[in-house]
Amino acid sequence: MRDDFFSGGLRGLGRRVTDRVWRLGFASRFLLAILMYSGMALRRFGLTIREIYFTGVLSLIIILVSGLFVGMVLGLQGYDTLQRYGSSEALGILVALSLVRELGPVVAALLFASRAGSAITAEIGLMKATEQLSAMEMMAVDPIARVVAPRFWAGVISMPMLAALFSALGVFGGYLVGVQLIGVDEGSFWSQMQASVDFREDIVNGVIKSAVFGVIISWIAVFEGYDCEPTAEGVSGATTRTVVTSSLAILAADFILTALMFRGA
Amino acid sequence: MNRATLDLWVGFFVAIGLAALLFLALKVGNLASSNVGETYQLQAEFDNIGGLKIRAPVKSAGVVVGRVSDIRFDPESYRAVVTMKMDARYKFPRDTILTINTSGILGEQYVGVEVGGDTAMLKDGDMVKKTQSAVVLEKLISQFMFNKAQDDSKK
Repeated sequence: MRDDFFSGGLRGLGRRVTDRVWRLGFASRFLLAILMYSGMALRRFGLTIREIYFTGVLSLIIILVSGLFVGMVLGLQGYDTLQRYGSSEALGILVALSLVRELGPVVAALLFASRAGSAITAEIGLMKATEQLSAMEMMAVDPIARVVAPRFWAGVISMPMLAALFSALGVFGGYLVGVQLIGVDEGSFWSQMQASVDFREDIVNGVIKSAVFGVIISWIAVFEGYDCEPTAEGVSGATTRTVVTSSLAILAADFILTALMFRGA
Repeated sequence: MNRATLDLWVGFFVAIGLAALLFLALKVGNLASSNVGETYQLQAEFDNIGGLKIRAPVKSAGVVVGRVSDIRFDPESYRAVVTMKMDARYKFPRDTILTINTSGILGEQYVGVEVGGDTAMLKDGDMVKKTQSAVVLEKLISQFMFNKAQDDSKK
């Protein structure tokens, strides 16, 4: 009896581990398949443009508004701390660097995962549940090329744009609060910012980060949708998994990328 | 939604995305100001560079005339060798003195150029002979304390 209990638990653990590894392997093979079949997504670019509309353009409002508010909060908090050391002119540096390096790519990616990633998963999952994907296969249309690849590329293209918009609006928000509301000197706000934000080191690295996040989110979202159980519960579970997994993956990847990029000169 | 409206929206999205990148590059970053014009290299040895960093500005009369491109330690003279990229528009006399200054009390450190009176100018790859080290606050304070103690004991 005891033996059964232990070996049963052990077997369950083993099955769960092999299940995870199996899914990871399937996901990698799936990514490879997307890349191989993305010819159609690029040739018939209209398909991808349609998806950019749904993932990118419709995420604009949430990205712009949150960027503005995050920048305004940074302006208030940064000023509160910096003025203790009598260096409130450095507010521009603080706002710009924290947005361009970290908050822009990461927060935009988290918002994008919950706004667009979940929608992609739900859409593909529902297509699978209603057997639209099988119907396509019957008509000799590859669902990976027709449905999955355009959504994947749309996410990869939209994400850097959204992150750049987030950062730009955030800097503007910091400017509104810092300069217009509190009264930090406008000249030193911008000039100190320009003196310490480097194009190659900070801005390009931020764009690279957001592009990597775009790949991660789109990959997880299309995979969860394609792999979900074709039931109502399966689709809802897959949508939840998309948001949770991609949020965790974004934060972990952010740490790795930051460690590689900013090791401190 | 028809095709034309879709394209319009996506075009708008891509346009403002690129505009945001341009804003970050030009207004937030220093792409406009750090344009790589013609430069020439100068080297200088310092006893102590304090907190000088790579990419710190080189200023003469408060105007940025170059940037620090490399800092290394010379194991033979036990001094710091600082390499600077200077704007080719500005030439300096051979007896110019380089100092390491701090902008403000807590500000960043930069290399100051005190122009000399020699008629010969520094060329690409030259070594600046006369340098003045960074002021280390602890040394200054300990010197002050030491002198104070000496003064007190004399009385």
